[in-house]
Amino acid sequence: MAITLEDLRGDRSRIRAERTVRVVLTAAAGTSILISALIVFSLARETWTFVTQVEWATVLSSDGWFPRRGEYSIATVLAGSGIVTVVAMAIALPVGLGSAIYLSEYARPGVRKVLKPTLEILAGIPSVVLGFFAISFISPEIVQRFFGATTLFNLMAAGLGVGILSIPLVASVSEDALRSVPNALREASYGMGARKITTTVRVVLPAAVSGLVAASILAVSRAIGETMVVFIAGGAGGGTLFKLDPLEPGLTMTAAMASQATGTDAVVGEALTFQSLFFVGSVLFLITFVLNVIASRFVRRVRQSY
Amino acid sequence: MSLSTPATIGPRAAERSVADQLTKGGVDWAGRVFQALLVAALGFSVLVLATLILEVIGTGSSVFTDRAGDFLTGSLRTRADEAGLYQGFVGSFWICVFVVALAFPLGIAASLYLEEYAADTAFSRFVNVNIRNLAGVPSIVYGILGFTIFTKALRDITSVGTANGRTVVSAGLTLAILVLPIVIITASEAVRAVPNALREAAYGVGATRSEVIRSHVLPYAAPGIITGLILSLARALGEAAPLILVGATTGRLASDPSIVDVGALRERFTALPIIVTEWSKNPQDGFDEIAAAAIIVMLVIVVIANTVAILLRNRYEKKRA
Repeated sequence: MAITLEDLRGDRSRIRAERTVRVVLTAAAGTSILISALIVFSLARETWTFVTQVEWATVLSSDGWFPRRGEYSIATVLAGSGIVTVVAMAIALPVGLGSAIYLSEYARPGVRKVLKPTLEILAGIPSVVLGFFAISFISPEIVQRFFGATTLFNLMAAGLGVGILSIPLVASVSEDALRSVPNALREASYGMGARKITTTVRVVLPAAVSGLVAASILAVSRAIGETMVVFIAGGAGGGTLFKLDPLEPGLTMTAAMASQATGTDAVVGEALTFQSLFFVGSVLFLITFVLNVIASRFVRRVRQSY
Repeated sequence: MSLSTPATIGPRAAERSVADQLTKGGVDWAGRVFQALLVAALGFSVLVLATLILEVIGTGSSVFTDRAGDFLTGSLRTRADEAGLYQGFVGSFWICVFVVALAFPLGIAASLYLEEYAADTAFSRFVNVNIRNLAGVPSIVYGILGFTIFTKALRDITSVGTANGRTVVSAGLTLAILVLPIVIITASEAVRAVPNALREAAYGVGATRSEVIRSHVLPYAAPGIITGLILSLARALGEAAPLILVGATTGRLASDPSIVDVGALRERFTALPIIVTEWSKNPQDGFDEIAAAAIIVMLVIVVIANTVAILLRNRYEKKRA
């Protein structure tokens, strides 16, 4: 019996079912594009209103962020985000990187199996919990005691909380980068008579540097976008003057948005108060977007080299 | 320099003897300090986790010993010793229902398209990059999306009466969108880890692509996919920032609906993380304690979810190694 092309094609209903599945799955993947479009649309409309109607002096040269009074000093909330990010990175980068080096280069498999889940559990803790921890422990026991802050709510406590939240992210991205360094490089180094520390610091770390940079950028992006810790522990819900002191209450971009959204059934105040929320949202979105794109460039470079 | 190994001793001693001859008996201080610093870095996380748990338990456990029952079943009140979590459970439960019903099937379907169907076309590359970018968008920006689309534009669908769009429907839809990229990314990883030989065996006996997926790819990838699903559910449960923008209630709720009352979904709502936020910020006496107690409840749920996910992954990793 000869086999014809008809026989190999299979029956009609299976082909049709196949086509349906394909269309459904493609549509599901397509929804992600719809979501991006909706995000941009949601931000763009009111931001456009703000940008075209605002008195730019109130954005660029007013004394602080008081949206209900029509003072939208973007520098104030940018400075707040900057302070929180710097404090957070001072904790998250050394601790996260150190943990990653230990887990990838030093820990025996058994030790790794116990310690790694600790970081994963830390990663799963909701940010509101860190917010509570920041005002109930970090601020009174550390910031007020050792740094002499006078207020319970301050940016440093918030920053430390955000830093703790970012540790697992730094650790896991860095560890991936370190583990993708081929063993041949380590063995070559040992073969030359190098010690473990020399091998780690002079061979493995430089080889993984793209991944480590990516980890740092992602952590910065995460810290800038973190809302709840700063909203709970940062204080200054009603607005703040421009200042650079981490020991005082302050607002980040995210906390400014959250404060503005609470308790306002009908947004009162200046004409553009409501729109300013979207303006800050757009600035935040652009900053994190650019950081994420740069970070993914670096991640791709790690993949290409090994 | 010539090295010698005494022939009559065991391998351990031989190793030490060679090491001694190489280092001339000196100690590698830099190496030890470096290693100690690395251990300290890891120890820091363990210490923080322990302090956090002790602090929360120390502050909040009295609430459970004094009035366990009515704390879990009571409603939001302005007095700390009367306030309870019940309405938060209802809100968080329904948010999870939305995530399970929308984000899970959509996310798994999208990951199957990306891993099993998509050729390397401009469309699939764009979708891939787009999903990675979405995963990095701050959660409060998703709140803006939820506010504009669900609370404002679709308010007649998402709410009834005076709720004005600030309902659990809006919140659930927003959080489903927020975790979708995480579901897609983790599911894609699980699907990618399925060995090709499995697919080829199925194709070899004449299965179509969708049959291969149903009978071979999905069952094999299931533990990995489920791990990702659990983690995204935990994420949705703890997320508060988008809910603030969508308009979760922080004060009193007029109604006290039963958890199965579907009609109440289009009325005003609150959720566990919102309650924690509000109580943490409240300076009056007693709110510190109930905030900590609410955190204990949340942590128990989240840690159980995470532990299940980690155990599931370890178990299957071991089986297949």
